[in-house]
Amino acid sequence: MTAIALTSQQDSAWRQSCRRFIRHRLALFSAVLVAVLALLSICAPLFEIALGIDANRVDLFSRLQPPSAEAWLGTDELGRDVFVRLLYGGQISMLVGLVTALAAAVIGTTVGLVSGYFGGKLDAFLMRFTDGVIALPLLPLLIVLAALDLGKAGLPETIVDSENVSLYRIIAIVALFGWTTVARLVRGTALTLRERDFVLAAKAQGAGAVRIMTVHILPNLASPIIVATTLSVGNIILVESVLSFLGLGIQPPIPSWGNLLTNAQGLISSAPELAFYPGILILLTVLGFNFLGDGLQDALDPRA
Amino acid sequence: MGRFVLDRLIQSAVVLAVMSFIIYWLMGLMPGDPIDLMINADPRLTPEDAQRLRALYGLDQPILDRYVNWLTAALSGDLGFSRLFAKPVLQALLPALGNTVLLLGLSFVLSVCLAFATGIAAAVQQHRPADYVINLVAFVAISIPSFWLSLMMIILFSVKLGWFPASGTESLGGGGFLDQAKYLVLPIATLTIVSFGNHTRFVRASMIETLRQDFIRTARAKGASERRVVLRHALRNALIPVVTILALDFGFLFSGALVIETIFAYPGMGKLIFDAIMGNDFNLALVALLFATALTLTGNLLADLAYAWLDPRISYR
Repeated sequence: MTAIALTSQQDSAWRQSCRRFIRHRLALFSAVLVAVLALLSICAPLFEIALGIDANRVDLFSRLQPPSAEAWLGTDELGRDVFVRLLYGGQISMLVGLVTALAAAVIGTTVGLVSGYFGGKLDAFLMRFTDGVIALPLLPLLIVLAALDLGKAGLPETIVDSENVSLYRIIAIVALFGWTTVARLVRGTALTLRERDFVLAAKAQGAGAVRIMTVHILPNLASPIIVATTLSVGNIILVESVLSFLGLGIQPPIPSWGNLLTNAQGLISSAPELAFYPGILILLTVLGFNFLGDGLQDALDPRA
Repeated sequence: MGRFVLDRLIQSAVVLAVMSFIIYWLMGLMPGDPIDLMINADPRLTPEDAQRLRALYGLDQPILDRYVNWLTAALSGDLGFSRLFAKPVLQALLPALGNTVLLLGLSFVLSVCLAFATGIAAAVQQHRPADYVINLVAFVAISIPSFWLSLMMIILFSVKLGWFPASGTESLGGGGFLDQAKYLVLPIATLTIVSFGNHTRFVRASMIETLRQDFIRTARAKGASERRVVLRHALRNALIPVVTILALDFGFLFSGALVIETIFAYPGMGKLIFDAIMGNDFNLALVALLFATALTLTGNLLADLAYAWLDPRISYR
C-alpha cells in the first residue's frame, strides 16, 4: 500500500503541477489569451490573402476610413489596413519579447551557475557586478545604446546596413540589462544545491565542474528559471514598445506595437482610436504573460 | 554598522566611476559629433580637413586621455556648455532636477499611500473577492504601457473633456499656484497609476507573509482586536521588506518619469536626457545621465541602509 502511494506520488510531480496550474483559472485563461494573440499574429499573411489587401500599400484616397467589411478596424493616415498591421506589429513585439527573454535567461543562468557553484571571490565579484547593473537607470541607458552609431562602435557593415538591424539591436541591448533577476535566483539555488549529496557523489566519481553544473545542478533549477523568464517577457515587451514609440526601437517600415503608436500620437484629436488599439494589445499581451508567470509560480513552486 | 555603511558607499562610488567612463565612451560613439556636424554644414570639407579638425579639438587622442581631461575639468567644476539650452550645463540641469523631484516625489507618496490601503485590505481578505479584485487591478496597472496611458489620459481629459492641459507646466504669462497644479495633475496621475501596481503587490505579499507568523497568532490569542493585530503587530514587521523594495523601485520610477515627462512636455530630467541625446547635446546628456545614475544608486544605497537599520537580524559583516 505504502509502495503504491509512493510511486504514484513520484510520477505525478509534473501532473500535480499541471493540476495546480489548471486550477489557477486566471493563468489558464491568460495562456489561452496569449496563444490566441500569437496565433492571430502568425496568421497575418493569411488575413491579407483572405481580405484581398496589401497591408503595406499606401492608398491616399482611402485615408482614415471607418471600419468596413474589408478593413475591419478601418485604415490609418496613409490608407493602410489597421487590423492587419496590428497583427504584423504583434509578430514583431512577441518575437522580440520571447527571444530577448530567452537570451537574458541564458546569460543570467550562466552568471548565476558560475557564481553559485564556484563561490568565493568570483561569486563576490559577480554578485557585486549584478547589484551594480540592477542599480542603473534602465531606460535612459537603453536610449543611449539605441541611439549609438553602430558603425563608430566598430561593427561590420553587413550588420549595420542590414534591414533588420533595429530588431537585432533591441534584442541585444535589452538582454544586456535583463539577465539580473535570473542570475540572482539561479545563484541562490545553486549555492544550496552544490552542498547536496548527489553533487558530492558526482564530484567523487570525478565529474568536472561543467558537467556537474549542466547535468546535475541545471535540471533542478528549471522551475525558477521558467517562472522568471515568463514574467520577464511582459516587461521586455513594455520596454521594447517604449523604445519603439520614442523612435529608437524597431524602425518603420517594420511595424511594432510601439511604433504604430508613434504615428497615432499626432492624430489623437482626429483619430484617437488609432492610438487605442496598439496599446490595448500591448496591455493584454503583457497582462497575459504576467498572469501566466504568476500561475506557473504557484504551480511549480507551491511554497512561494 | 559603520563598516557596512562604508562598504556600501565605496561600492556605489565604484559603480558611479565605472559608469562615468562607460557613458563618456558611449557619447563618443553617438552619431552627429561636432566634426560630423561641420562636415554636414560644409560640403567642401575634405577628409584631410576633418582629420585636422579632429586633431585641433583633441578628438584624435586616446579615449582614456580624453576621459581624464574631461574628468579633471568636471571635478574642478567645469561641466561644459549645453548646445541645446545655450547655457552652462549645470544651469540647464538644476531646474529640471527640481521639476523631476517634484513629479517623482508627489507620485511616489500617492502611490505608496494607495498601495498600503489596497495592499493591507487585500492581505486581510486573502482568497476572497476583494483580494482578487485588488490583485487584478494591480496586475493591470503593472502591465499598462506608460506612454499609452499618457496618450489615453490626454485624449480623455484634455481633448474630449478639456479638464486639464495636455502639456507644459503653466499657462502663458504664468497663472500662480493653482494654474501650475492643474498642469501637474495628468503627469502625476499617470505616474502614480503605473507604479502603484508593483507597490500594492509588495505590501500585500509582505503582509500575508507576516500574518502567517506565530506572534500574530499569539497576539490574537491574548485577545487583541483584529484592527490592532493588523495595524500594530503585523504592519510594523511587514514594513521592513516593503521599505527596502520601495527604495529599490526608485530606478523604475525614474524610467517611467522619462516617458511621461516626454509625452506631457514636462521639463524634468527624463525629458532633458531624451532631448539632449536626440539633439546631439553631448555635454548635457553626459552630465544628466550621471546625475540619473547617481540618483538611482543613492536610492539603492538608502534601501540597503534602511534594511540593515530596520532589521536587527541582518549582520553587517
